[in-house]
Amino acid sequence: MKTILAVAGVVIKELYRRKDFYVLFIVTMLICLIMASVRIFNDDKIVRYLKEMCLLLVWISSLVIAITTTARQIPAERENRTLLPLLAKPVTRTQLLLGKFLGCWLACGIALVCFYLFFGALAASREHHWPLLNYFQAASLHWFMLGIVIAMALLGSLVFAAPSSNSTICFVVVGGILLLGRHLDSVALTLPEPVRSAFLIVYYSIPHLEFFDVRDLIIHDWPLIHWGYYGLALIYGIGYMVVFLTGASLVFRRQSVN
Amino acid sequence: MAAILKAENLRVEFRSREAAQGTKVALRGLNLEVNAGEVFGYLGPNGAGKTTTMNVLLGFVQPTSGAASLFGIDVRQPIARQRIGYLPELTYYYKFLSAEELLRFYSTLFDLSRLEADRRIDELLKLVELEHARKRPIRTYSKGMQQRAGLAQALINNPDLLVLDEPTSGLDPLGRMKVRQIIQRLKGEGKTVFFSSHELGEVETVCDRVGIIHQGELKVVGPISEIRQPRHANLEQAFLEIIGFETQSAS
Repeated sequence: MKTILAVAGVVIKELYRRKDFYVLFIVTMLICLIMASVRIFNDDKIVRYLKEMCLLLVWISSLVIAITTTARQIPAERENRTLLPLLAKPVTRTQLLLGKFLGCWLACGIALVCFYLFFGALAASREHHWPLLNYFQAASLHWFMLGIVIAMALLGSLVFAAPSSNSTICFVVVGGILLLGRHLDSVALTLPEPVRSAFLIVYYSIPHLEFFDVRDLIIHDWPLIHWGYYGLALIYGIGYMVVFLTGASLVFRRQSVN
Repeated sequence: MAAILKAENLRVEFRSREAAQGTKVALRGLNLEVNAGEVFGYLGPNGAGKTTTMNVLLGFVQPTSGAASLFGIDVRQPIARQRIGYLPELTYYYKFLSAEELLRFYSTLFDLSRLEADRRIDELLKLVELEHARKRPIRTYSKGMQQRAGLAQALINNPDLLVLDEPTSGLDPLGRMKVRQIIQRLKGEGKTVFFSSHELGEVETVCDRVGIIHQGELKVVGPISEIRQPRHANLEQAFLEIIGFETQSAS
């Protein structure tokens, strides 16, 4: 565990010492700040639309941070040849992967805390109330969704050599799942066999990231999700993380490092 | 003397990406032993199989056939790497870390206690003359400084066997001299050093034994005094003769 934490520590240090993270963070904050400070048509209810847009921006920013950070981890280690002295230590490849995963996931978690704190403070300044448990459920499910995306990007970084191609594929897959994933089963029912079965197989095998999108809890102050369902969603997320990380470990173990 | 590094009948084949090129044989039945306490120079022209040998010995590449062990443990076991230090050729260490942070990170991988790690880091930064730059990010280091930081990371666990892949590659004469001094100092401490190099003068100065590899085959192994015959003006001449340079150029 000490080894995994040490590798994770380096990943976190890297993210917070890079300028691109701060640029993204500041740009997101500035846009949110400007949106929160305008009064459109003097309508008090407009704040919900602004919250929706700001949260969407936070979601996009967090996905950009998660995918771009993860996609470059192993390729950068190969390119700079730091993978060699690292694996020449008593470190297994699985430990290295778990360290990379944990580092990226924790780094994204810290970024999410910053985003949600800022967003919460901004929203509270307009609405004068802060439903803490709603924020907790929305942010933690968001974080688990990022965990699945990070595990998937890590697997992709071992399959696709170039970080840019891996990032692009991850963005397309994640965007596709978030926008279309929930409709695949209804589309399947309108199709003839064997396309219907193929669509259903895809529907039941992809990680349904939309389960983790509970922004409405914050935007519309909806009642909390039942804690049982919340727990099931977390287990579902962990399940997919394990699947992707196992796949990554199996691929990495077979690869030559030179 | 006991052999602490052993390669038996190692064969490594790489499948070429282009089907027409077929399979490339990087090592052809390599047998090699390095004894405790000796400095062993591993020589060969570019593409001879030096780095591939090291990659197999460190578990980075699976051999097609044959076996390799470090301290009697199969190289595929991570524990085999507990007592070794490795300096790869041309590595660009984490630019956002300082030398001190880099060494602390590697010390954690060996499970060194905080106190032991502090002591080792101070000692090594002094040895490689990076004390003055210990807090500076590695991106601000010159190439020689980066190579010395690399040497320090290879020594963090006080290894019994040091594997160095062209440690002086790309360094200026001063940098080369410093690395050579460090190897000699380690030799004085009774450490085993296995290193590859193109600098034959340097090999002649520090090595007890050398092995010459060419086209994946180990051509000769022995003390320099045996390899360099009276007819050779220097080790370079012996080296060229062994790899068949004169024969090739004549034909």
